Amino acid sequence: MTSPTPVTQADVVDQSLLYPSPYKEFWQAFSRNKGAVAGLAFMCLIVFCALFAPWIAPHDPSEQYREFLLTPPVWLEGGNWQFILGTDEVGRDLLSRLIQGARLSLLIGLSSVVMSLIPGILLGLLAGFFPRLLGPSITRLMDIMLALPSLLLAVAIVAILGPGLINTVIAIAIVSLPSYVRLTRAAVMGELNRDYVTAARLAGASLPRLMFITVLPNCMAPLIVQATLSFSSAILDAAALGFLGLGVQPPTPEWGTMLASARDYIERAWWVVSLPGLTILLSVLAINLMGDGLRDALDPKLKNAA
Amino acid sequence: MNPLALRAALAAIILSASSGLWAKPLVVCTEASPEGFDIVQFTTAVTADAAAETVFDRLVDFKPGTTELQPALAERWEISADGLTYTFHLRQGVKFHRTDYFTPTRDFNADDVLWSFQRQLDPNHPWHDKTSVGYPYFESMSFKNLLTSVEKRDAHTVVFTLSRPQAPFLRDLAMAFTSIYSAEYGDQLLKSGKTAELNSKPIGTGPFIFQRYSKDAQVRYKPNPDYFRGKPPADALIFAITPDNNVRLQKLRADECQIALYPKPDDIPSIKRDPALKVAEMEALVIGYVALNTEHPYLSDVRVRKAISMAFDHQAHVDQLFGKGNALVAVNPYPPSVLGYNSDNRNPPRDIDKARALLEEADVPEGAVLTLFTRNGGGAINPNPRLSAEMLQADLARIGIRLDIRIMEWAEMLRRAKKGEADMVATGWASDNGDPDNFLTPLLSCEAAKNGENYARWCSSKFDELITRAREVSDNDERATLYKQALAVYDDDQPWISVAHPKLFTAMRQSVEGYHVNPLTNNNFATTRVK
Amino acid sequence: MLSFIARRLGLLIPTFFGITLLTFALIRLIPGDPVEVMMGERRLDPEMHAQAMERLGLNKPLPAQYLDYVGKLAQGDLGESLRTRESVWSEFLTLFPATVELGLAALLFAGVLGLLAGVIAALKRGSLFDHGVMGISLAGYSMPIFWWGLILIMFFSVSLGWTPVSGRIDLLYDIEPKTGFMLIDTLLSDEEGSFKDAVMHLILPAIVLGTIPLAVIARMTRSSMLEVLREDYIRTARAKGLSPVRVVFIHGLRNALIPVLTVFGLQVGTLLAGAVLTETIFSWPGIGKWLIEAIGARDYPVVQNGILLIACLVILVNFVVDILYGLANPRIRHQR
Repeated sequence: MTSPTPVTQADVVDQSLLYPSPYKEFWQAFSRNKGAVAGLAFMCLIVFCALFAPWIAPHDPSEQYREFLLTPPVWLEGGNWQFILGTDEVGRDLLSRLIQGARLSLLIGLSSVVMSLIPGILLGLLAGFFPRLLGPSITRLMDIMLALPSLLLAVAIVAILGPGLINTVIAIAIVSLPSYVRLTRAAVMGELNRDYVTAARLAGASLPRLMFITVLPNCMAPLIVQATLSFSSAILDAAALGFLGLGVQPPTPEWGTMLASARDYIERAWWVVSLPGLTILLSVLAINLMGDGLRDALDPKLKNAA
Repeated sequence: MNPLALRAALAAIILSASSGLWAKPLVVCTEASPEGFDIVQFTTAVTADAAAETVFDRLVDFKPGTTELQPALAERWEISADGLTYTFHLRQGVKFHRTDYFTPTRDFNADDVLWSFQRQLDPNHPWHDKTSVGYPYFESMSFKNLLTSVEKRDAHTVVFTLSRPQAPFLRDLAMAFTSIYSAEYGDQLLKSGKTAELNSKPIGTGPFIFQRYSKDAQVRYKPNPDYFRGKPPADALIFAITPDNNVRLQKLRADECQIALYPKPDDIPSIKRDPALKVAEMEALVIGYVALNTEHPYLSDVRVRKAISMAFDHQAHVDQLFGKGNALVAVNPYPPSVLGYNSDNRNPPRDIDKARALLEEADVPEGAVLTLFTRNGGGAINPNPRLSAEMLQADLARIGIRLDIRIMEWAEMLRRAKKGEADMVATGWASDNGDPDNFLTPLLSCEAAKNGENYARWCSSKFDELITRAREVSDNDERATLYKQALAVYDDDQPWISVAHPKLFTAMRQSVEGYHVNPLTNNNFATTRVK
Repeated sequence: MLSFIARRLGLLIPTFFGITLLTFALIRLIPGDPVEVMMGERRLDPEMHAQAMERLGLNKPLPAQYLDYVGKLAQGDLGESLRTRESVWSEFLTLFPATVELGLAALLFAGVLGLLAGVIAALKRGSLFDHGVMGISLAGYSMPIFWWGLILIMFFSVSLGWTPVSGRIDLLYDIEPKTGFMLIDTLLSDEEGSFKDAVMHLILPAIVLGTIPLAVIARMTRSSMLEVLREDYIRTARAKGLSPVRVVFIHGLRNALIPVLTVFGLQVGTLLAGAVLTETIFSWPGIGKWLIEAIGARDYPVVQNGILLIACLVILVNFVVDILYGLANPRIRHQR
């Protein structure tokens, strides 16, 4: 907002000439932020759990051990090593369900990000490149969507499509679309007046080339940051939908749904509510920490934005 | 908060309000907002509790805590030998509520009865078209066709003429949609053009006078000093609208309310242990069941239906869902206290091998997929539909059937189930009037199969004949025999898995007296006091 | 400046119509209709169904229904709820103050605490306090608030008994709803102690709802304060020998507040979304719960007009923030 941007731009160019690898440079900037590294480490753990869930999980997440209902975690009285984090209301192993749930939450986060990122970028590019008619109408549409409280919109969309994993993803993707469009459009409008764009235009670059090869790569930094942020909010939104009873279908162990269905047992068995909630909190926190680090590393301009 | 200070302040308020009389307000934690107070427009139990049980009376009603009829606004009645004419002699000297928006000039009489029924029956009645959706309960009970006429013989005698004999008719007249309104108030509202106020400012003859309603927060009533059964003992009746059952219990523990409706069965043991609290319980007239769509290629085979029931762990399911002793394992489509219960019927003993053999006979392949529709929120009939579906899923997996659970909103589930989209539907029913017909006709008759309310889409001509005959005879023993035979047909054919008859619980403070749990799940506080 | 405002206002008109169209389409795309929902498990034959739909005007073709809706809207008629048969506007008026009260309390909590923490963290940059604030605020930002609410209720209301469990007031107080704002109504009533009780009821929900805005505001304040503190005029003020408190709070904070204010504006939308969950957990009689239930009941007028009213509110707040921002920052004013 205040720093003269062209100078920063020049700095970056200079550095990239000096350093052999931009990845190395990125990593240096990223690893300077200790929180981000911690976040990354935790995320690696979650991703590992998600990828190898069937092999790591001590039990089948849907297997009901009906003689072990609401067994407390191992460190509490009555706990047992068979169920390290205890069992839920029908005797399913909580740890296995949380591990399996990581799969689902990451899947929801990832696919909803992809599903809103791609159309979001397309619409944003169109809005940026056609400022006369198309641009304002796209912007209006996004304003309209932004004016509706996101959770209500998501609830309505799930009501239309019916509950289920894919529909949850679609609802979240639609809800987070406007922020991508706006961000891309703003970035594109910023870039369009740059010399290199004019040069490419004069050189006779076609519109698609101009859009995707010339301009888009230069707008990616804020988009990547936004993508990590919306990855975490997608997990939260999915959990909130699950909490309102509109999430994925049973017996799929989604974290929010686990929390919602265990809510009745909060006074008797705190772990069935606390552990899924804590898992959500830690994962989202890890992603946000990473997002902070990414922002610092990729986009120094944004460093001071919230 | 300093509880002592609060209590002191409250005591001061109460003392000043009741001028020395030791009566206390009664706060009841209820589970939802009433839709409105013009009760004939609505169908939900919450609305019935907030309007029909407080503000209004009916010609007859049920003795508290039973399904026995007793005279109310009608003192006595005669039924003609052919069962078509009912003559009601009305109670005299009953007063309508006096409020700041209405002052009655006359006592209750036959005109009020006529007004209340003609409004729903007669398309030319000036009030008939004053509702946007009509009279759902009246219409769904087929009263339009059933009632030929409602006439006034004199100021205190009313004659109902039916088009066909209907044994449960008197019981129907105890239901919320037959509440008696003040004709005078109706005329007054019509004249001043404020017809919408019938819904927001109700007037009746009931035990409580409506004071104020704030949506999603509270309904307040004060006792009716002229109530024909005597002024209710509570100094004020307040419904604290608290949708979450955990919160209702927490508020009860904190003495923020003195009665909490529909506690989770899971909490019952801890309430019983709490010295400040107690539980009133009753075997309610409800059934939780899973309807098996008999039009489905596999499920149309009775062997498959039997196999499913055989694989299903009835006892474990009920114990886990409701807690030991909080519900009865169901066998018939209605509970034992209802007329004509067939105690010869039995659930098949759990036998996985036999169930598998049956499936094999019926050519059901390993891994066959069936869908189960269930709702997304719990209620008294099924406190945790998700859990219950997951348990059934695990049971059926053992006989090689994959259950695809679809959790949806209640209304959406019913809509799709009515269209026959589900293979299995987990749902329930609470009786309106305690008559067996009120279970069997809406849920299992051929007509209901056509309409879709019979989610099993099961139509047995033998069963239908029996229940039609039972509806028309008035002798109780004869009816019982007919219903018993009908239930035997049901048992042979297994259109449902009968799951449970949950007990109905109400949690309250030790200081509450004179509250009756009602088997029909309605709640009436006319005799309830706080010590 | 006037032309700036006029241009912004002009943009609002198509947005407004877009919202009516969107909500109209959304609620009608949801399968099922209000009559079916109302009848639930009871018998509903096709004839009865058709009659009821006709009475509600829902048997007309969709474009005609939309025109009906917009026509009524133009006359200021928001229709009546299909579920309760009460006018949408009067229901909105009884429920909205509860949400506003909760939202304002949450913003107050988030604003005061967030500004304070942000300023101190900026002044003590790199200290343990700074790291603590940043860590906690990031955790707050990552909080699943429905879970947070449950945990706080368990701890403060159930275990410790410090705060009441839910609702807006102990119902033994008979408070006349004069303004709909419980804090004001309790002051107007002569019920002793009721104001304190209303405050106690408000604390937990406000904390839960304010958690995310608190995190955002603290972070924003910190970074904006850091930026301001680097500016020349602060150095000048310091060099002049002004007291550090005066430098920070008069010169620094005032300028740092501008971007924070826009964040306040943006948080209104977040707050409304959060209100849906918070109201559900605390049985708070506000519009979030009202709308979720209306979607479930296919209560077309409530969904359409309720969402429209909220959307207008969001637009209005953003509009005001836009204008204020334009006033404060001439560079924005002349941009498109």
